[in-house]
Amino acid sequence: MDFLIVFAKCLVALLIVLQVGVLLLWVERKGSALIQDRVGANRANLLGGVLPFNLGIVNTLMADPLKLFTKEDIVPEGADRFLHWLAPFLALFPLFLTYAVIPFGDVLEIGDRTINLQAVEAGPGILFVLALVSLGVYGVVLGGWASNSRYALLGGIRGSAQMISYEIAMGLALVAVVLTFGTLDLQQIVREQGKLMWGVVPAWGVFYQPLALLVFFIAGMAESKRAPFDLPEAESELIAGFFTEYSGSKQSVFMMADFVEVAIVAALVTTLFFGGWQVPWLHRDGFHLPGGLSIPLPSLLVTILQVLSFLVKLAIFCWLQILVRWTLPRLRYDQLMNLGWKRLLPIALVNVAITAVLALALQGWTVAS
Amino acid sequence: MDESYLALLISAGLCALVVAVMVGASWLLGKRSPNRAKNAVFEAGNRAVGEVKSHRFPVKFYLTAILFIVFDVEVVFMYPWAVVFRRLGWFGLAEMAAFVLVLAVGLAYVWRVGALEWD
Repeated sequence: MDFLIVFAKCLVALLIVLQVGVLLLWVERKGSALIQDRVGANRANLLGGVLPFNLGIVNTLMADPLKLFTKEDIVPEGADRFLHWLAPFLALFPLFLTYAVIPFGDVLEIGDRTINLQAVEAGPGILFVLALVSLGVYGVVLGGWASNSRYALLGGIRGSAQMISYEIAMGLALVAVVLTFGTLDLQQIVREQGKLMWGVVPAWGVFYQPLALLVFFIAGMAESKRAPFDLPEAESELIAGFFTEYSGSKQSVFMMADFVEVAIVAALVTTLFFGGWQVPWLHRDGFHLPGGLSIPLPSLLVTILQVLSFLVKLAIFCWLQILVRWTLPRLRYDQLMNLGWKRLLPIALVNVAITAVLALALQGWTVAS
Repeated sequence: MDESYLALLISAGLCALVVAVMVGASWLLGKRSPNRAKNAVFEAGNRAVGEVKSHRFPVKFYLTAILFIVFDVEVVFMYPWAVVFRRLGWFGLAEMAAFVLVLAVGLAYVWRVGALEWD
């Protein structure tokens, strides 16, 4: 029975990230159309077109993956066959696994059981996330290296340099978050954010660490290699960068990895800075509003509200990234490196110093006791 | 065995399975009609000349990787401190400040000599 519960939790975490990844493909196409004032994907000739209504979403969610999966799989001449296969696997697998440690709810109380809604209850959750996200660089650099193509090689090298550069700023931003909450456990961090500041404002990370949020969000978008940081796959110079020589489902795996990365950045921003599954003033037994008003709710309803809250916040930050991706033009390579090394890194360092001094000087300032 | 390790194992297995199916789908479902032109490496219509793997690229990329290792190890060192720093108090902060200061001087030096400049 315990095994079944663990299995179900792992499956739910995987399904969340899989669904979000696939849905983002559709949101990206429709969203970009909205921003550019066109209709976007709206052709779906399902059942010979006898259905009178628009099936654009079906087209993108079913027809597109099916088409990609049934395309010919080409390994170019002179390529390293094994690494050519391994690269897409390494690009997506660690990203999927990252989702397992992200808490998507508080606890589910069924009968006398209390189930913690986090697939892998890892103590050092933040370290786990950082380790897996940085593994993604292998997919990029191996994809470029194994293809035996100049465009791919250049894309792979650019991609790896970009990803490792922004990882430092990302890691430093998270150090400040750990200083604030005093733990590496993601579920614990979310629980801490259920406290209130001055009895009114929820103690979300964004109020304690606005600078860390800024640095983390920018670095996260750079890690996902999408515009304005899409130099590794800059079509106008490098065809498709590190996946130039990929076709069919392997290419779609690289595409999927981009969207999953977006979902992971959104999930981490939600978890660390916007209270994760917390709904303001909602406790295990119902709402306790600051005015002294209390609305009791059953435990199951509270859990559902919290999971919904997590998903809504996740959707908001996914959409924000898509908005940025279709609004800003691509950076130049020197601008990219300047932003990472000369702006974000010093800002993150100073932020860590300020946080540490404030936390020790004003004992009541941070969330952790 | 600790339950979280079991969960990690299950998660890793499920993820590996799904990703492997996604990667291998074309190989299983796609048709195969290879020919020379199709298998050739993309070179905008030209024939690829020379060896790609010995292709040279700017030394800047090596430098970036070396700098990354220096600063990433610094960040890794800060995590254990960040977890226990309330117990260490001002003493721990001073120690960490000394450590970061040395690296900050390094960053300033690298900045000054132009190792972070790209053209």
